[in-house]
Amino acid sequence: MKLTLTVNGTERSCDVHPLARLLDVLRRDLQLPGTKEGCGEGECGACSVFVDGKLVNSCLVPALQVAGRDVQTIESVAPSAELLDRVQQAFLHHGGAQCGICTPGMILAAKALLAEHPQPTMAEVREGLAGNLCRCTGYTKIFDSVLAAVAAEKTEGQP
Amino acid sequence: MSHHLSDFVARSAKTLPEALGLLAEPADAERGPWRPLAGGTDVMVTMAAGTLQVGRYVDIWSLDELRGITVTDETIELGALTTYTEIRNHPLLAAEFPLLGLAARETGAIAIQNRGTIGGNIANASPAADTPPALLAYDAEVELLSRSGPRTVPYSRFHSGYKQMDRRSDELITKVRLKRTPSDAPGTAVHYYRKVGTRAAQAISKVCFAAFARVEGQRLLNVRIGLGSVAPIPLRCTRTESVLLSGPVDEPLIRRAEATLAYEISPIDDVRSTSPYRRRVTLNLLREMLTRCQLR
Repeated sequence: MKLTLTVNGTERSCDVHPLARLLDVLRRDLQLPGTKEGCGEGECGACSVFVDGKLVNSCLVPALQVAGRDVQTIESVAPSAELLDRVQQAFLHHGGAQCGICTPGMILAAKALLAEHPQPTMAEVREGLAGNLCRCTGYTKIFDSVLAAVAAEKTEGQP
Repeated sequence: MSHHLSDFVARSAKTLPEALGLLAEPADAERGPWRPLAGGTDVMVTMAAGTLQVGRYVDIWSLDELRGITVTDETIELGALTTYTEIRNHPLLAAEFPLLGLAARETGAIAIQNRGTIGGNIANASPAADTPPALLAYDAEVELLSRSGPRTVPYSRFHSGYKQMDRRSDELITKVRLKRTPSDAPGTAVHYYRKVGTRAAQAISKVCFAAFARVEGQRLLNVRIGLGSVAPIPLRCTRTESVLLSGPVDEPLIRRAEATLAYEISPIDDVRSTSPYRRRVTLNLLREMLTRCQLR
């Protein structure tokens, strides 16, 4: 099928099988390798993206279900090449990333969490990131990074 | 991968009649009948694993008439495409049918809850799914639709064997219906849900126990128990329920109920747990549920 969808604000088209995984469409057909493949079965969250503003595992989304939809990947998160998003910045400062495979998914899951709970408790952070597995950090530095991103915004918000 | 993508045919239905028309087509010699595809959280996993049945899939994800939660005086109806996230966030469901929200919360994690649907969960017919025990505890009904019209099946009779269900290949699950309890119903309502697994998020359950009861003094006026992962199907435990309703709930009655429940379930050894462990935990959860009922 000819698939047309909006990715990171730009309309894109490609020829794919209707059941091709959105993950493969992004990485292979649209050359956006920021989205990672981990388990390929919806357990690890490495392939997380937003579809119409909702966090999903792109390995479980068939291409035909994103026709005409709005997809946002990790490539859309930084406001510019020079400036990182506050969550990315916090991961950098607080050692929230080691090998980096889970990081795009962690950052998008953190952004989904903060959109719903702008001042999350540690329990909410843990639940919000429960679908994202990390084999390096032991999670503590990731949770700290998310809470630091909230604190950073508070400080910036002060006059 | 044992199958190639090109072995599969898939098409998005733009309208409900279009979907029903495809489902009504005779089975193809090679690829069988059209099968519905909803949020993909089960189908895509088996496709990646190479175990998805080669076939023709009709995507129903964009059929908005199958979405949403409708409340009337007597019922709450969940469209088949209602997601776990929508179930978690619905205040009236949380107030009147809290087991559903508890189950939805423990199904996968956020990204799965945004895509997984109640209809898909039922049609996938996994005996280890977390929501079916809650639907059994509330005696839910399933509505199916084909070109010949709608048909309602009590959910307790929907699953007939492992992955076998009372759904013809031309039928689509369209709704799950819950009957609301009048506010003047006698006794105190008790809702009990416990999933035992290795981890709250993502992990598939070793045992899932859901129950709804109405309690008055030392008696149960009504009780319904739904179990997951202890039988080939999501199991409604009607014999155990009958024992529990037969008199004041004292220790001898609890022992009889335990013996009946041990007979009603048929857990197996698998990668997640063992039959003896599941049996022991199921009986422990029955006691915990009865403790929660505060019978006196």
